[in-house]
Amino acid sequence: MRGKSLKVKETIIEKALFLCAAGSVTAVALITLFIFSSGYSVLRSYGPLNFIFGMDWSPVNGEYGILPLIAGTLEVTAGALILGVPAGIGCAVFLAEMAKERWAKLLKSAIELLAGIPSVVYGFFGLAIIVPAIRDWLLPAVQKIDPDVPASGFSVLAGAFVLGIMILPTIVSMSENAIRAVPLEFREASLALGADRRETITKVLVPAAKSGIFSSVILAMGRAVGETMAVLLITGNVPKVPTGPLDPAATLTGTIAMEMSYAGPEHQSALFAIGIVLFILIVILNSIALAVMKRFGGAV
Amino acid sequence: MAEKEKVFEIRDMDLYYGSFQALKKVNIDIYRHDVTALIGPSGCGKSTFLRSLNRMNDLVEGCRIEGKLLFDGEDFYGKDYDTIALRTKVGMVFQKPNPFPKSIYENLAYGPRLHGVKDRKKLDEIAERTLSQVGLWDEIKDRLGKSALGLSGGQAQRLCIARCLSVEPEVILMDEPTSALDPIATSKIEALIQELSKQYTIIIVTHNMQQAGRISDRTAFFFSGEILEAGDTRRLFTNPENPKTEEYITGRFG
Amino acid sequence: MRKRKGNKIIKSAVFFGSVRLAAAVTLGILALLLLFILVKGVPHLSLKFLAESPENMGKEGGIFPVLIGTVYVTLTSVLIAMPLGVAAAVYFSEYAGKGRLVHIIRFFTEVLAGIPSIIFGLFGFAFFVVFLGMGWSVIAGGITLSMMILPTLIRSTEEALKTVPGAYREGSLSLGATKWQTVVKVILPCCRSGILTGLILGIGRAIGETAAVMLTVGGSLKLPVSIFDSTRTMSLHLYMLASEGLSQEKTYATAALLILIVLGINWLAGFIGRRLTKE
Repeated sequence: MRGKSLKVKETIIEKALFLCAAGSVTAVALITLFIFSSGYSVLRSYGPLNFIFGMDWSPVNGEYGILPLIAGTLEVTAGALILGVPAGIGCAVFLAEMAKERWAKLLKSAIELLAGIPSVVYGFFGLAIIVPAIRDWLLPAVQKIDPDVPASGFSVLAGAFVLGIMILPTIVSMSENAIRAVPLEFREASLALGADRRETITKVLVPAAKSGIFSSVILAMGRAVGETMAVLLITGNVPKVPTGPLDPAATLTGTIAMEMSYAGPEHQSALFAIGIVLFILIVILNSIALAVMKRFGGAV
Repeated sequence: MAEKEKVFEIRDMDLYYGSFQALKKVNIDIYRHDVTALIGPSGCGKSTFLRSLNRMNDLVEGCRIEGKLLFDGEDFYGKDYDTIALRTKVGMVFQKPNPFPKSIYENLAYGPRLHGVKDRKKLDEIAERTLSQVGLWDEIKDRLGKSALGLSGGQAQRLCIARCLSVEPEVILMDEPTSALDPIATSKIEALIQELSKQYTIIIVTHNMQQAGRISDRTAFFFSGEILEAGDTRRLFTNPENPKTEEYITGRFG
Repeated sequence: MRKRKGNKIIKSAVFFGSVRLAAAVTLGILALLLLFILVKGVPHLSLKFLAESPENMGKEGGIFPVLIGTVYVTLTSVLIAMPLGVAAAVYFSEYAGKGRLVHIIRFFTEVLAGIPSIIFGLFGFAFFVVFLGMGWSVIAGGITLSMMILPTLIRSTEEALKTVPGAYREGSLSLGATKWQTVVKVILPCCRSGILTGLILGIGRAIGETAAVMLTVGGSLKLPVSIFDSTRTMSLHLYMLASEGLSQEKTYATAALLILIVLGINWLAGFIGRRLTKE
């Protein structure tokens, strides 16, 4: 008798735990449902192709082309990767292979700490240092060659700089783990063949850790694409396709955050539609990272 | 001498892990108050067999068991069989001592509490009785509130045996209980097993031939998932019927 | 032969030089960021700043209601996410097999972890604020944040559960305990500090989040009383101050305070984590 009631209780508990675990499915489903249903009306009335490839974002005139925003996001992200990836991987190699064990541990935990700093703080840092630095130091020099360059300092470059800093912790931490996960035998085998340390690092260790490093870059890219507060404060939020690193830009995320507070119904729906594009972009990027990690047996 | 009472009766038991067959047509009877030793080379299935006697293999995904398996005359892999009750009656002691990271007292009170004993006095009694049974009472009665993780290997294993006794099992399964212990601790545990066999039925997996010879009444020799030979320990060790058994017990392989 | 060797030495020098440079730049910039904000902000921190209400949209005065709002929103999110996260982790680690369904649920958990915060903000706005009629409020922001930190909590709890030796499970089950009894009485007590660490990291994430909060809590500077009141968290306050350029002094002070809190939280999590490994 007791056995039976225990069994029933256990089954109920298991079902309840299952429901909690399935909570993330519910969450994702709800998010998808509400973002898509809220953004659907503009996508339909304006046409998805016009929406994505339209060159003109001016909600006041009922124009909802987000190509300038996509371009802004991609340019800022690309800039962040160009600045952040080499520095990050270099730092990871340094921590994994060159630094003394104690220092490596200390520095790594310091870097991981920085992953926890709120993005709005990075944004503020960009606003207080990087934008003025570009305006006061870089622009005067550039203006001698090209007098038409925008003079505010709010630019793709500033955004790329700040995002480049923000993705460092992700890249350093994951790449370092990946390099450390390479078995000692590989190192020894390479050194035993007469390779020097540089050759061992560039020809054996980094290639062996490439899936982990690649995943870190993809995840960093996802972080850069999805980042809102930092870019909002420093890219200038001008919805035009930026043609140079010193042009201001508006991003997908920044536009949503900025305009949501005053948008009318149709405009709001258009912002949700941007959310749809962003959502799909991120899911694709993260799936690539996951697949790569799984495929190569994932040294995470 | 009257026929001894059968505790376990196993007929044509097959056990699979996924598509791998780990046990093939195992037949064996386990008698009450006997010490039965299961011997054989590594990977022969003796531990797997032991762990299926209290359904610990249920934890392993893809594990499937066929055949007739009776405990006290009941099919304990039957649909409505109460696994919890089975595990209460068939206790287990593991290869590595695994006291919980709680106090010594809490380790001993854990089992009885699960089964509804809440009275502090009763729990105190159980702690004293079981610790006395395993010969630990005098050694550690002053530190019952201390963490069980501070005990030596031999003490920890005896505590685990005491913990097993705390729920008053009929059968104790022992999976190489001395393999992680030094010789002195081992001999203490062996003496304890002989003492316990007066009250309990014991089934022990061991790698140590001398141990099997010293403490068991009956022995079963497992070889690649089958029982090649089983019977009275003295007979099996002095006059094995199967040449493989002889090779193994004289140490020519394994 | 010799020439080649010389070549190699130069190559090595260049390689190691640039790696060192990369490391120095990375660490240098990150250090600069922290130092810059702390040096400029900490001098403006005072008890008065913490205990007073803001005046003139935050241009003068302190940030007391903002602190309370932050605590409110963070607590709400943690109180919702914590039980769900631990239960989900227990399910994954102790109950779930390797079935297809579990695989799918895990995948969705990963997806949830990767969704950018602004999307959470949009969703929170559409669902909690508008659809469920909560309005801009502590509760709308809190639930939105709880969804955001859920994957973190699940992951860290699962990691903690993984460190519990299987021998404890076997020991408990062999005494006739049910699975649930084993979980509650043996396994969860073993990983208290691991779960606590996850909780603290979740709190850190909730405090630092801005975009999701911006679209769900409103931004009122009044002291929130009920969970249905609109409020403002510290990170949102920092954004407002920075974007409107109201007061350099207050902006740096808020940023510095935010950094100090986050660093403190991470230190605490690390401290508890170290205690865990000692145990």
